[in-house]
Amino acid sequence: MTTIAAHPTDHHDHAHDDHKPSFFARWFMSTNHKDIGTLYLIFAIFAGVIGGLISGLMRLELAEPGIQYLTSWASMMKGSGASLDEAYHMWNVLITAHGLIMVFFMVMPAIIGGFGNWFVPLMIGAPDMAFPRMNNISFWLTAVAFIMLLGSTFVPGGTGLGAGTGWTVYAPLSTSGSVGPAVDMAIFSLHLAGAASILGAVNFITTIFNMRAPGMTLHKMPLFVWSVLVTAFLLLLSLPVLAAAITMLLVDRNFGGAFFDAAGGGDPVLYQHLFWFFGHPEVYIMILPGFGIISQIVATFSRKPVFGYLGMAYAMVAIGVVGFVVWAHHMYTTGMSVEVKMYFTAATMVIAVPTGIKIFSWIATMWGGSLSFKTPMVWALGFIFMFTVGGVTGVVLANGGVDDNLHDTYYVVAHFHYVLSLGAVFALFAGFYYWFGKMSGRMLNEFLGHLHFWVFFVGVNMLFFPMHFLGQQGMPRRYPDYPDAFAHWNEIASYGYAVLGVGVLIFFVNVFWSLAAGRKAEGNYWGEGATTLEWTLSSPPPFHQFETLPVIK
Amino acid sequence: MAGAKNHDYHILPPSINPLIGSFAALTMFFGLVMMFQPKVFGGYGSLVFGGGLIAVLYTFWTWWSDVIKEAHAGDHTPVVSLHLRYGMILFIASEVMFFVGWFWAWFDFSLFPVPLEIVRDPETHALTITNLFGQDGAAAATQFPAKGMEVFDAFSLPLLNTLILLCSGTTVTWAHHALIHGDRKGLINGLWVTVILGALFSCIQAYEYSSAPFPFGGLNYGSAFYMATGFHGFHVLVGTIFLIVCLARAYAGHFTPKQHFGFEAAAWYWHFVDVVWLFLFVVVYVWGGWGAPVHA
Repeated sequence: MTTIAAHPTDHHDHAHDDHKPSFFARWFMSTNHKDIGTLYLIFAIFAGVIGGLISGLMRLELAEPGIQYLTSWASMMKGSGASLDEAYHMWNVLITAHGLIMVFFMVMPAIIGGFGNWFVPLMIGAPDMAFPRMNNISFWLTAVAFIMLLGSTFVPGGTGLGAGTGWTVYAPLSTSGSVGPAVDMAIFSLHLAGAASILGAVNFITTIFNMRAPGMTLHKMPLFVWSVLVTAFLLLLSLPVLAAAITMLLVDRNFGGAFFDAAGGGDPVLYQHLFWFFGHPEVYIMILPGFGIISQIVATFSRKPVFGYLGMAYAMVAIGVVGFVVWAHHMYTTGMSVEVKMYFTAATMVIAVPTGIKIFSWIATMWGGSLSFKTPMVWALGFIFMFTVGGVTGVVLANGGVDDNLHDTYYVVAHFHYVLSLGAVFALFAGFYYWFGKMSGRMLNEFLGHLHFWVFFVGVNMLFFPMHFLGQQGMPRRYPDYPDAFAHWNEIASYGYAVLGVGVLIFFVNVFWSLAAGRKAEGNYWGEGATTLEWTLSSPPPFHQFETLPVIK
Repeated sequence: MAGAKNHDYHILPPSINPLIGSFAALTMFFGLVMMFQPKVFGGYGSLVFGGGLIAVLYTFWTWWSDVIKEAHAGDHTPVVSLHLRYGMILFIASEVMFFVGWFWAWFDFSLFPVPLEIVRDPETHALTITNLFGQDGAAAATQFPAKGMEVFDAFSLPLLNTLILLCSGTTVTWAHHALIHGDRKGLINGLWVTVILGALFSCIQAYEYSSAPFPFGGLNYGSAFYMATGFHGFHVLVGTIFLIVCLARAYAGHFTPKQHFGFEAAAWYWHFVDVVWLFLFVVVYVWGGWGAPVHA
């Protein structure tokens, strides 16, 4: 696909060679997209473990009816005996932290910061990102945002310690309902993480528009790069609206503002509009790069170019554009008129069309292909299957009338975990198994990879599939206790968490074993199906790659 | 090919600024939380906030000093210069969306009014704000701005400020043309006039705030008005500082007719601030106050 053509220019220059900076300069002052990508991945795994352990606490509490552990956990945090109200607050803190950590500090840093940083420049034949220093402040702002969020759990947040507002930070619970600094800290954490992501988005858009190798037109760009481009636009245009919304929260909390206080003419539903104008693009921000990863993997292991390349690229553009005009389907039960519900139902269902294009094109790519079921491919197949399940329940929930019954039930929890825990996270693992050799120079173990997949697959389905039944039976989300009628499926879900946990342990064994003793990775270890530019380089690539730009025919 | 860079992109050496800047931002925001919550954190919030702010400003200073040094070293090749243009335009696009949030609040309150009644105590001038929802007289009081409220006369100081900003938009273009034609004196004069007009705008805005007939707190109109115009005012301040930096660089002879992106970025930013004001003037001052009695 590529031929390397040298075009010597005598450039005034400081000598560039493969000499790496010292340890501190390399990892704390980095201007190298691959090192920053590695930092993002390590950070995301760390945050993911914390967020995952929090969900473990939640499944432990929910394993049977009644309050089992919450009071003792709240007492541990407080240092003295906690009341039942403080225990309930502890529950709110757990669900809030789990949501915020998984969205802002696990999925986004891993899929955009990690894989985006590593592979966008490599795939477009660029030596680095457009703004290497700004790239690094994106990472460190994310890191300090995480410190701010973790810190908030140790200070008062209303009924107990920590911010217990849910990841949506709805007013008035987050304003007059949560006295104390915890919610202020959580809000500033979102400001910091948001600033980091906006700067990252500017960086990715500039890199993709300006730094493609000679001959690589937009219509020749790998689909992963397309996915990051669309994602970056969603970040750029949606995050500032969140910044305004949470600034209004700060104003109402600390300066007597009346944005969301009805007594002064404010409107609590305004907050929900502003939040979901950001929040709905946000869910595509989490899944679109996953679409890109899956496209690369399916093409590689089918040894065929992806079916309907242009349709795939513009399907993502369409999802991005339409994603901005469907936000109020998260708010069907706020009392909106039937006409508004009709619009948002119809607009939401339109998104099923480009999403269907993607699912069918992945299947058509495999059709007649020379398939090999290496670990990344089984994760990709798992993604396609499970994401479709989540997509179908999404079409159910898109109906304003149906949602009146299902809103805030476990059916919604099941839906968004199928598209995120079984969608985005499967895409993350698929990408990790696909590119780990390229990033580290060592191959992951295939047997452990397959074992990880099957254990994890069984675990997450055991964990999340029963939530559909619970939701349809009317079990509300965000409660630490429930009637006996819901006990059966909750118990099974909690066992599912244990299975999932074993899967994650297998993953860590695989990573550490492979780093220490894995087979050395060749430049293109997947063979002829892997055609993008990162496979023309050594594994790992040189510290500065493409010092002579590749030329695309 | 290690050791030979055969492209025009800018490969940067490691830099400590991102790390310092991030922890400075953390300190600054945590200082703000301490200031919000003195009962929990004691009275040192302003010190922590001030320290963080100084560190943030220090980071800006050293970071952009590095950028200027790199520009003089010839690192800003045509493609790198294009990066900077894209970066600035995208940053302004995100700023536009930030203001969309504040305008959204304004339109929510103005298009879907609630029955508020404001009563001014003739003795103390204290305002009592009541939401009449579900009470007698609610229908008659459903209006925006709220019943009993006075607003600014849009065609007094706000109109003057509109003219000042529009005028400053032309003077910055004068400076730009002078720069392109190699006329440094014209550049400096144009920038001076622009900076003075920007400062004049801020002074008039501050004076207007000080004589406002409605409060910031407890009232949807006040909160949305002050936050929208206040964030605009903050952007005017930032833009003015940006232009002052350009003025200093003009005196230092940094700009050439071919290479002066720092100036162009400041001018773009200034035009953006100008356009936001035009929307504020039309939507908040003229249309938003329509029908309400004007504060004498």
